[in-house]
Amino acid sequence: MSDEVASSMSEVSHSPRLDAKVPAGRLQEKWDAYKDAVSLVSPANKRSHNILVVGSGLAGASAAATLAGLGYNVKCFCIQDSARRAHSIAAQGGINAAKNYPNDGDTVWRLFYDTIKGGDYRSREANVYRLAQVSSNIIDQAVAQGVPFAREYGGVLANRSFGGAQVSRTFYARGQTGQQLLLGAYQALSHQIAAGRVTMLPRREMLDLVVAKDRARGIITRDLVTGELERHAGDAVLLCTGGYGNAYYLSTNAKNSNVTAAWRCYKRGAFFANPCYTQIHPTCIPVSGDYQSKLTLMSESLRNDGRVWVPKDPKDTRAPEAIPEDARDYYLERRYPSFGNLVPRDVASRAAKKECDAGRGVGETRLAVYLDFDAAIRRLGASSIQDRYGNLFEMYERITGDDPYRTPMRIYPAVHYTMGGLWVDYELQSTIPGLFVLGEANFSDHGANRLGASALMQGLADGYFVVPYTLGAYVAGIRQSEGISESHEAFAAAEEEAGARIDQMLNNKGDKSPTQFHRELGQLLWNHVGMARDRAGLEEAIPAIESLRDEFWERIHVPGSADRFNKNLEFAGRVADFIELGSLMAQDALRREESCGGHFREEYQTSEGEAVRNDEVFADVAAWEHTDRRPVLHLEKLSFENVHPSTRSYK
Amino acid sequence: MAKNMTINLRIWRQKSPESPGKLVDYTVSNASEHMSFLELLDVLNEQLIASEDDPVEFDSDCREGICGSCGLMVAGIAHGPQQRTAVCQLHMRSFKDGDTITVEPFRARAFPIVRDLVVDRSAFDRIITAHGYVSVKTGSAPDANAIPISKDAAEEAMDFAACIGCGACVAACPNGSASLFTAAKIAHLALLPQGQVEASRRVVAMVDQMEAEGFGDCSNYAECEAVCPKGISVSGIASMRRAYMKGAFSK
Ligand SMILES: Cc1cc2nc3c(=O)[nH]c(=O)nc-3n(C[C@H](O)[C@H](O)[C@H](O)COP(=O)(O)OP(=O)(O)OC[C@H]3O[C@@H](n4cnc5c(N)ncnc54)[C@H](O)[C@@H]3O)c2cc1C
Ligand code: SF4
Ligand code: FES
Repeated sequence: MSDEVASSMSEVSHSPRLDAKVPAGRLQEKWDAYKDAVSLVSPANKRSHNILVVGSGLAGASAAATLAGLGYNVKCFCIQDSARRAHSIAAQGGINAAKNYPNDGDTVWRLFYDTIKGGDYRSREANVYRLAQVSSNIIDQAVAQGVPFAREYGGVLANRSFGGAQVSRTFYARGQTGQQLLLGAYQALSHQIAAGRVTMLPRREMLDLVVAKDRARGIITRDLVTGELERHAGDAVLLCTGGYGNAYYLSTNAKNSNVTAAWRCYKRGAFFANPCYTQIHPTCIPVSGDYQSKLTLMSESLRNDGRVWVPKDPKDTRAPEAIPEDARDYYLERRYPSFGNLVPRDVASRAAKKECDAGRGVGETRLAVYLDFDAAIRRLGASSIQDRYGNLFEMYERITGDDPYRTPMRIYPAVHYTMGGLWVDYELQSTIPGLFVLGEANFSDHGANRLGASALMQGLADGYFVVPYTLGAYVAGIRQSEGISESHEAFAAAEEEAGARIDQMLNNKGDKSPTQFHRELGQLLWNHVGMARDRAGLEEAIPAIESLRDEFWERIHVPGSADRFNKNLEFAGRVADFIELGSLMAQDALRREESCGGHFREEYQTSEGEAVRNDEVFADVAAWEHTDRRPVLHLEKLSFENVHPSTRSYK
Repeated sequence: MAKNMTINLRIWRQKSPESPGKLVDYTVSNASEHMSFLELLDVLNEQLIASEDDPVEFDSDCREGICGSCGLMVAGIAHGPQQRTAVCQLHMRSFKDGDTITVEPFRARAFPIVRDLVVDRSAFDRIITAHGYVSVKTGSAPDANAIPISKDAAEEAMDFAACIGCGACVAACPNGSASLFTAAKIAHLALLPQGQVEASRRVVAMVDQMEAEGFGDCSNYAECEAVCPKGISVSGIASMRRAYMKGAFSK
């Protein structure tokens, strides 16, 4: 297999199929130049265009509300019983914007620079710059909607600092920033529903994209209550369906987060970019048993006062309080004296894995390290620790039953975010004309690693401020639906395929549940395509995942029928797609022979264990095209005209 | 080691909104104190699938107490016995080995049952659609610091905005009232200058919609506040009533 990857690699330098359509001119002027030149759609014309928005998270809700406000006819779909429950609701920490309210020297340029550097120089300059440019408008919009951001006593907005930045540019609403931003967008969406310009279709799952005459024409959905398959035609489809972290089974993502919609688009011709870029968050509550259904994130801010350690002796099974100082290894402080416990996410995660792999892990499963507040409590007093982290300590105790004021927390890294996604150009359009991809579902702005508080910014930038312009450019250029309605044969064919797949799963009557398959896939990916990867492991994983796929279709057992509410049927379809994606993730990881951001290849590190990037060969976006045989690789070469790729060091 | 527990469950099973339902007994003999209550149901469902039985349907998504998808009556209490905790964050250490726990859906006239423990809470969305928003289009916002807002007002607004829309308040209320949910949104927006502009229209539209959906009146039982996983205060209900009287009168 790797030979085929290698051969498809040698063919391409920069694929002509991947025209990013970045406007000419200075970086700072590109977006304005684009907006000056873009064709406008007249209000009367907008009313005659149907736009399908799949997803109601930050990206989908903001896009649907904005497009409806502009006059388009919008249909919006989501899996949950209400648009308000999209996974964005769970984001805790905050949202970045280059407002420079604290007057600490922030600028659009600095936000751009931090984001592109944080992404380890694997993203497109023009997109990231635009993101930084529109970031301020997001905060204005949210405040106007009534989002109750934290305030100072003087009545102005408060800011805090977040990883990867030297300025305070993060806006927050307690530990519930995602919830409040999503409710703002959901309420804006509700306003447009009230005005009759959005039809909201909750409890719907997109099962396929309909492509005819080389353009996206609509989607096939399943009504998750009645089981009915439905056809929806539209002049454009906006995919806002979130990330694919649940491929690993255990992640911080919500249970219904999935790759199905994006994967179906991939199979219809949209290229999938950088699937191997996944982000592992270092401070999550560890797995407690094999019944575990998801992992809970503990805010990164805890590392400001917590000290990470393991016992020096793997056989030391005393309670943590009973282990004396000289028998503890504060390994982050030892290995990274200047950053200590505050090294970036990927470094902290790998270091924890290394200790556990060496047998020094703690707790029942031995897959955890201590995060100890004892020194901070003695230095600052329990009450100031409570002020800072009270709600987090409570949450930890609720889940584990342990009190972190008395005994150290146990933490372990967990899959958190996926930087990869469907390839899009500057206009957020995929390789299928008429299919736009927004939010975590696209690969766009975070390169190989996302900085904290930047995903919320990107989802809302895409939906509120970017796609309303770029969609107009597309819509202005199409002739009315070209007679392709829901009775077109392409719809019939896609619906039939979706139905056949469901029947196949239900009629198989095997002996393994969807969850069993999902757990096995998760294990494979976590072990071989997780925090650290190497050639041998990846070469082992690819055939293993492919045989899991075959086994799935032989042994899957889905209870119940298709014509009713049936969660296991939903899960089964998503697991089938995750398995196929898993194989592509491994192939992409194998091809990328360097370490960058969330992608760490054991073979490419310094003697001190630091990542070694290879800008000569791999300063690119790897975009995969589905074919009936092997996926074909296309490359978008990245050029850095405004920043100079440098190497990170946290020593 | 984690304690192994045997848990007996009596779970409401109902095939469709129209069909009659009943409580059915199950046993999970390999529960752990570290499991969440929903993970216990996951384990039960795997057991049922293996024995060719029909798994129990229930809603959940984030499993960290923020999306509001989950919602069950556990031992007769909305979200179960642990206060200020959504059922997805309820853990088995709140129970004892050998316990028998009854599990039922959130029941209310305005929440028809879909299947088993899944209910239709779309009435909540329609209350928000009635006017649970600020009428502001994208792009028309002034600078975020143009209007100062006192820290206290922002904090209090946040207390109300924290509602997760789970519906426990309705399920716990003897009248099946949605007053706590509706008042929370009204209070959140009324406490902020951006929301005050439309405050009077908002309260009338939302309260009227609440009634049209078949939710009951509020008789001050305060059962809602007791089960609310986010600790939303009933104080919002009194203000909502006053504002409604004023708004409806001047209409
Ligand atoms: C615990 C946690 C904390 C986080 N904290 C932060 C933070 O502090 N700051 C930050 O910037 N980022 C944070 N993130 C990341 C951020 O929350 C997400 O990247 C972002 O919210 C994704 O938004 P989205 O709109 O792209 O997708 P989502 O919010 O995931 O929405 C996806 C939508 O698509 C729908 N959907 C999916 N598949 C289908 C389908 N097949 N058919 C129909 N509908 C479908 C879903 O129903 C949903 O409505 C955090 C993430 C997690 C997990
Ligand atoms: S007020 Fe409380 S109980 Fe009612 S929906 Fe909101 S969070 Fe749930
Ligand atoms: S599953 Fe999200 S609140 Fe319980």
